[in-house]
Amino acid sequence: MSLYAMDRARLGELYEALGALGRVYLPTRKNGASAFLPYGEEGSEADLSLLLCDKSPKDLFFPQSEELVKFRLTGAEIALQEAARQKEPFVLFGVKACDLQAIEVLDRVFLAEPVDSFYQSRREHATVVALACARPAESCFCTAFGIDPTSPQGPCDAVAWLTESALYLRPCTEKGETIVSCFAGFAPADEKEVAAQQAAARAVLGRLPYGQLDLSRFGEASDELALFDHPAWEELSAHCLGCGSCTFSCPTCQCYDIRDYDTGKGVLRFRCWDSCMYKDFTMMAHGTPRKTQKERFRQRFLHKLVYYPKNNGGLFSCVGCGRCVKKCPANLHMIRVAKALGGEPRAQ
Amino acid sequence: MPNDPLIPMIGVVTDVRRDTPDVKTFRVNALTGGKNFAHMPGQCAMLSIPGVGEAMFSITSSPTNTEYLEFSIKKCGCLTDWLHRLEAGAQLTIRGPYGNGFPVEGALLGQDLLFIAGGIGLAPLRSVINYVLDKRERYGKVDIVYGARSADDLVDLEEIRASWAHAPGVDVHLTIDRAQEGWEGNVGFVPNYVRELGFAPTATALVCGPPIMIKFVLGALAELGFARTQVYTTMELRMKCGVGKCGRCNIGSKYVCKDGPVFRMDQLDELPDEY
Repeated sequence: MSLYAMDRARLGELYEALGALGRVYLPTRKNGASAFLPYGEEGSEADLSLLLCDKSPKDLFFPQSEELVKFRLTGAEIALQEAARQKEPFVLFGVKACDLQAIEVLDRVFLAEPVDSFYQSRREHATVVALACARPAESCFCTAFGIDPTSPQGPCDAVAWLTESALYLRPCTEKGETIVSCFAGFAPADEKEVAAQQAAARAVLGRLPYGQLDLSRFGEASDELALFDHPAWEELSAHCLGCGSCTFSCPTCQCYDIRDYDTGKGVLRFRCWDSCMYKDFTMMAHGTPRKTQKERFRQRFLHKLVYYPKNNGGLFSCVGCGRCVKKCPANLHMIRVAKALGGEPRAQ
Repeated sequence: MPNDPLIPMIGVVTDVRRDTPDVKTFRVNALTGGKNFAHMPGQCAMLSIPGVGEAMFSITSSPTNTEYLEFSIKKCGCLTDWLHRLEAGAQLTIRGPYGNGFPVEGALLGQDLLFIAGGIGLAPLRSVINYVLDKRERYGKVDIVYGARSADDLVDLEEIRASWAHAPGVDVHLTIDRAQEGWEGNVGFVPNYVRELGFAPTATALVCGPPIMIKFVLGALAELGFARTQVYTTMELRMKCGVGKCGRCNIGSKYVCKDGPVFRMDQLDELPDEY
């Protein structure tokens, strides 16, 4: 589809105009951290040049906590009322290629039969605009998972490129076209500047320390039992604190808990993010099959590299965003695990 | 039906039967009467008491029972403790059915069937047994080996003695761990009893019970010449969603709630030993 461009100095006007399509979520700095937040909140600063938000946009589709159903209890009788689904459209602008792939990973879980209607209603009401990376960071390794950060692909409505002077936009759905039509500042553009940015970024990608990780031992055809029994897990997991930072910062971790809360007027059943790093996660009346941190640690990594790909046509459920690399207090992460299990970096 | 797999229906407890000191069987109907849903033997359902919790239970009644669903539940945790306080007329929430069930309309057709259960492990097998007895001509000889700690811990002994023991082509073999007054049946652990009874390895075995019992029963069956492809069991892991999304009941790449809970032993052999 056609490429359009607008003056970078007019981004504020674009955000205002996008308001006509619904609430606009942008990469935003607030209180010393970054996340996808609604445009225009006091004390926040939208910034498309942020390489990667500390918090992924996952919670716009799969909130950290959400209400499912309310129960009203009268004597022996139970009356239930389903929680409302998303009804308002919204715009998610500036999703990097890794986080876009993460939405694909989540889609295959929540939109598989039987469909999760809470997730589905948010996906259907979203207009998603991806944003190419101009300068990857040292902790990035999306290319190891076949992702091209200079040309995001996946479940989005338009792809954007931000250069020194302009914002380029290529719609890929009808919803994406509405972004161009709602703002008069867009004009047809040629590929030159975008191509130059892509070439410069690709030159950096080739030199990233983690970008060339060899994942041939993992994926759909991997030897599940051999990897499960690999002696390296013992040492790899020895320093894991079981804090769950990796799972909570991960854009693809989708494990959840369902809990009840007595409000005094009834019972609220809600779902919230959970973590396979916790002992309680699999605890039953007669015990748990994952007795030590080693089993829990192994579960997380094998899920990303082996179990999920086996169930999803080879798609890895790690997208190489590097958030866990940055957040793990014990410096344990995907790169170390993948290398220890046999995936050494390819020769340069 | 609700608009989301996580939204339950209301069920009414229409009968509560005490089977053993710590097992009760609950009959559940839909608000409008009848069953909340149809199921196949070996499938499960999520039961909950709002404000207490929700958990997965095997459906112990047979699909051939058109009037109600039944659940035999052992008191062993917070939710089951609350469930045991329910009386007829109480409401709970229910959703399902979940999982694959036993292949009663597939691989089990025409086969001699050997049921081996320990304690509350009879609950999921009872659904299959009654299904098989109601469609008797479709299956071969039936042997039922059932054991518990004591005679008082055998779940639904009444039905076993009154109905199963007199069904055509069915042999029931009961055993208890330690001798007790008034008990004239076998005394000893289930795996040893299976070995002593010495079944021909032409049958298909369906095994459910405590993990330690399953482990030794599998050893006994191997000694008798049973191949792993002739033995089915049903698994239990912690579950929250029941539909393969919440991420906690997996054994390797398989979700017990969705791909199980029934597995053939050779299928389990291909999965990591983490259950």
